[in-house]
Amino acid sequence: MRIDCPVCGERDLQEFHYEGSSKLMSRPSDEADIKSFHDYLHIRENPAGLNNELWSHEYGCRAWLLICRDTTTHKILSIELARDAKVMGLTK
Amino acid sequence: MHYSAWQLIKNGIQGGKNWKPFWRSAEPKNFYDIIIIGGGGHGLATAYYLAKNHGLKNIAVVEKGYLGGGNVGRNTTIVRANYLLDGNSQFFSHSLKLWEGMEQDLNFNTMMSQRGILSLGHSDSQMDSLARRGNMMISQGDDAELLSADDLLEYVPYVNQTDPRFPIYGGLLHRRGGTARHDAVAWGYARAANNLGVDIIQNCEVTGMIKNNNTLSGIQTTKGEIRADKVGMAVAGRTSLVGDMAGLKLPIESHVLQAFVSEGLKPCVDCEISWGAELFYISQSDKGGLVFGGDIDKYNTYAARGNLPAVENVMEAAMALMPMIGKAKVLRSWGGIVDMTMDGSPIIDKTPVNGLYLNGGWCYGGFKATPASGWCFAHLLATDEHHEVAEKYRLDRFEKGYLLDEEATGATPNLH
Repeated sequence: MRIDCPVCGERDLQEFHYEGSSKLMSRPSDEADIKSFHDYLHIRENPAGLNNELWSHEYGCRAWLLICRDTTTHKILSIELARDAKVMGLTK
Repeated sequence: MHYSAWQLIKNGIQGGKNWKPFWRSAEPKNFYDIIIIGGGGHGLATAYYLAKNHGLKNIAVVEKGYLGGGNVGRNTTIVRANYLLDGNSQFFSHSLKLWEGMEQDLNFNTMMSQRGILSLGHSDSQMDSLARRGNMMISQGDDAELLSADDLLEYVPYVNQTDPRFPIYGGLLHRRGGTARHDAVAWGYARAANNLGVDIIQNCEVTGMIKNNNTLSGIQTTKGEIRADKVGMAVAGRTSLVGDMAGLKLPIESHVLQAFVSEGLKPCVDCEISWGAELFYISQSDKGGLVFGGDIDKYNTYAARGNLPAVENVMEAAMALMPMIGKAKVLRSWGGIVDMTMDGSPIIDKTPVNGLYLNGGWCYGGFKATPASGWCFAHLLATDEHHEVAEKYRLDRFEKGYLLDEEATGATPNLH
């Protein structure tokens, strides 16, 4: 698997750190109930197919990337900088 | 005597054509008291203990492929009881005792070999933590011995003790740990369950759940609809997908774990060694191949093949631990899909859906759990009560805060 970083170009998987589902960008508000936080922290869709996920180019530009990848083939369909993604409550 | 020396000679001369299959190939009935989804080690063990311990008769195991074709046939066959936390400790201790009696119980040679498991330490603090783990194991009733670097020179003279980056200070030896023949475990449980009347239905993939309101009354499969009072899932690797059919959202990610085997060599590694600097372990199969592996690939996947960085990591660890391995050729490598839970420990529990029971989240350690997992899951299915050694494997522990986080890495499934 190679990842085409929008900043650095195509690089080896070894340079990247996988954080998890892109839902981690939508943190519940501080007032949200315990169930919202439980679901946010622990529950995963874990689909067989397209998955939206967060990677960081740890040994490169250190940018956070929002990647859409097929979990059955490892094929990457789209990559964008996470800061460009219009997601509420972005904390990272 | 199915397998006396005389029978072996007789059938050998006849070219093995007269051996009988170990189990009937059953076709599904309309109704079962209990259906187990998943004909791997855990599912078959569950069916066996349901019949044997609880006297239940009307049980089916449905398997989407062939029996034992999933993770029970793809693991690195290690059996151990060296867990630290209350909750895991008693469960794996129970499991190891069941392993020790398995061959007699099933009347099947599972090639259980208690050759010892050695975990290495590379610093004073790591030796302290090994000593602590050893004490926990001993107080659980299992065995542990702390070995010094000098002891190791005798016990495993081929490991590189003076690696400048990761010198070896000593190790913790768990003599009752070892390996077992993974396929034989599946076959042994299948034969024993079959003899007690369990229907084992292969090539029967579950495609949906029959659910009214919040109660499950059966499953839809590629061989038609099958009704049941209770349905148990034992489909680790695919738990999220099967759970999704019943509307479950689970604290699980699927990851790929790779394993490797070298060409056949003369006996050289007579125990199982776990390196302490990174996740790496190695043992030698009875056929002579060195069986080894390391960490998961660390990203979600359902593709049963990994990527090269994880392979490189494992090979580097192997070379650092025992440089002589560089002369052996790697014969093949493969990957298996594992359920990684959010705290690295499994789940054996009822689900929010009435009639649906969950056994999953075994991370990369399901094989050693096979007998106890079946034992405790059968107990839960039959009595609706948690078995005492598995009572902490609850689905709601994530919400309640009673996590069993052996690695202390938090809600990061790829780091457990």
